Amino acid sequence: MSVIAPTPGRTAPASRPPRTSRRAGTGRLAAALLSPTLLVLALVIGYPVVAAVRLSFQVSTEGIDPHTGFVANTSHYGTGNYATVFTDDRLLRPWWNTTSFALASVTLEVLIGVSMALVMHRAFRGRALVRAAVLVPWAIPTAISGMLWKWIFNSQGVANDLLGTQILWSSEGFHAWLSVVVADTWKTAPFIGLLVLAGLQIIPGELYEAARVDGASAWRVFWRITLPLVRPALVVAVLFRLLDVLRMFDLPYVLVGPRKHSVETLSMIAFNEMTNLRFGSAAAYASVLFVYIAVVALAFVKLFGADLLGRGTRSES
Amino acid sequence: MSTLSFTRRRRRGVGGAARGVAWAGRLGIAAIVAYCLAPFYWMVVSSLRRPADQFSNAPLPAPASFDNYTAAFDPHNGFGRALVNSLVVAGVTTGATLVVGIFAGYALARLQFRGKTLILTLIIAASMFPPIILVVPLLRLFTDVGWINTYQAMIVPSMSFALPLAVWNLTAFFRQMPAELEKAAQVDGCTPAQAFRKVVLPLAAPGVFTTAILVFISAWNEFLIAVSVVNDRHMMTANVIVSLFTGQYKYDQPFGTQMAAGVVVTLPLVAAVLFFQRRIVDGLTAGGLK
Repeated sequence: MSVIAPTPGRTAPASRPPRTSRRAGTGRLAAALLSPTLLVLALVIGYPVVAAVRLSFQVSTEGIDPHTGFVANTSHYGTGNYATVFTDDRLLRPWWNTTSFALASVTLEVLIGVSMALVMHRAFRGRALVRAAVLVPWAIPTAISGMLWKWIFNSQGVANDLLGTQILWSSEGFHAWLSVVVADTWKTAPFIGLLVLAGLQIIPGELYEAARVDGASAWRVFWRITLPLVRPALVVAVLFRLLDVLRMFDLPYVLVGPRKHSVETLSMIAFNEMTNLRFGSAAAYASVLFVYIAVVALAFVKLFGADLLGRGTRSES
Repeated sequence: MSTLSFTRRRRRGVGGAARGVAWAGRLGIAAIVAYCLAPFYWMVVSSLRRPADQFSNAPLPAPASFDNYTAAFDPHNGFGRALVNSLVVAGVTTGATLVVGIFAGYALARLQFRGKTLILTLIIAASMFPPIILVVPLLRLFTDVGWINTYQAMIVPSMSFALPLAVWNLTAFFRQMPAELEKAAQVDGCTPAQAFRKVVLPLAAPGVFTTAILVFISAWNEFLIAVSVVNDRHMMTANVIVSLFTGQYKYDQPFGTQMAAGVVVTLPLVAAVLFFQRRIVDGLTAGGLK
C-alpha cells in the first residue's frame, strides 16, 4: 500500500484523471480532519506547557524602586526558582510522597487487579453483576471518594469500629499516608482487573488444553501461559496507572487536606504555591514533576516494552 | 495476536473437585462484589441516617430519614446550582470533544498518509502531561483575560484530557468497522468525504455513544481545574462544592450531608454504569488491547 503525502491545496484542473484527484483528496482530507484536533491540543496543552516552562525561569522580586520609592515588582529570567526549589528541603518530601504512593498503590492494585481478573475470567454466572460492580469504584468521582474515605477513616468512623482501634487516620503521619493508599487502591484495582480480564479473554483455549494434556500444574500454567500472554495488557494498564498516580492531587487534597507534610504530593505543593500567587515557583515544581513523570514513563517503556502504538499503527490490509 | 481466535472455551466440570472449584469461584465473585460495593454502600447508608445518628456504625439506618438530602439541597450550600454547573461543563466538554475527535479518529483509522505514527504519538503523549503544569500558566492567562469564574475556563482545559481519550477510542472503533463500506461507497461514486458523511458516520453511532459516556464521566469527575479557576460559589462544580459544605448541624464537618450530596453526584454515573456496562468495558479496554 502506497503512502500518500498531503498535497498543498492547489486547484485541480478539470482535466485531471480521476484516480490522482482521489488520492490527492485523501491527503487533503486527512489534513482537514486532523487539524481541529491538533489545533485544540496545541492550545490547551502545547501552549500551557511552553508557558509553564517559561514561567518557571521567570524570577520576580519585590523591591523598592530607587527612583520613585514605591514597592515595585520586577522580574527577570534566571534559575532562581529552581535554586529555591532544590535547596529547599520542601522538594524531597513531596517527591518521596509522590513516589511512595506510586510504588505502594500500583503494586497493590496489580496484585488485587490480577486476582480479580482471574476470578472473573472463570465466572460462569453473574458476569453482568460483577462487571457492573467493578465499574462502580471507577465511576465515583475521586473528590467524592476522598470524602467517603475521610468519613470511613474518621476517628469515630467505621474503620476504627471494625478494626477495634482508636486511630486518627486522616490527620497526619503514616496512617494518613496509608489511608490514601487504601482509597486509591480501592478505586483503581478494578480498573486494572478489567484491562487484564480483556487480555485474558484473547488467550486461545487450545493453549490451556495442550497444557492440560501435558499434565502441567495450575501454578505452572499461570506462570508459563497466562502471565506471559497477558503481559502486554498488564504493562499498558500499569503504565497508565503509574502516570496517573504520579500526578495525584484530588484524593490526598480531599481525604487528608492541603499542606499536610505526610501526604503532600508534587502536584499539591505546586497548587499551593499557585494559590499563594507564587507562579514562578509553582511552575518550577510543576516542571520538575513533568520531567520526573517523563523519565519514569520512558524508563518503564524501555524496561517492560509497553507497546502503546504497535497495535494502534498497524495498518489494516 | 490479533489473528488469534476470540472464542472462549469453558467446560462445566463434573465431579467433586470441579464442584469445589465452582464454589471457590462463587466465593471469589462474592468477594469482588463486596470489595467494590461496600464503601459505596456505606456512603448510601450514612446518607440515609438521621443527622442525630451520624456517628452510628450500624449496618442499616434505623430509622431511615432523608434529612441529610434536604440539608444538602439547603439554599446556603448552593448544591443545586453546582449540579447545573457540573452538567453544563461536562456536557459542553463532551459535545465539543466529540465533534473534533470524530474527524481525527476517522482520519487515523482509515486514511493512509505520511506522519500518522507521529500524530498518534503526539496524541498519546498529550494524555500524559500532569494537569498541574497546564493549570499554572492557564490560571495566569485566564486572570489576564477575565475568564476566572466562567464556564469556558473549565471547559477549555477539560478538553486537554478528554480529547486524547476520545480520539484514541474512536480510532479503535472506526478501525473495527469493515473497510469495504467506504470502498463500496467510493465505487458508487462517492468522494472520501461523502463516504464518511453518508455511510460511516451513521454506522458509527454506537462507538460515538460509548466514547461520549467515557468522556462525560471523566469530565464530570474533574477536580483540579475546577478548584483552580473558580472562586465564586455560584460557578463551582458539584465535586468542588461538596468539600466546602458547612454544617447546618452542630458537628464540625457535616459528613451525613456530604454523603447525601456524594450519592446525588454519583447516582447518575452508577446508573450509567448499570445500563451501559458492556459498552463502557469495551471502551475502556479498546485503547490498550484491540
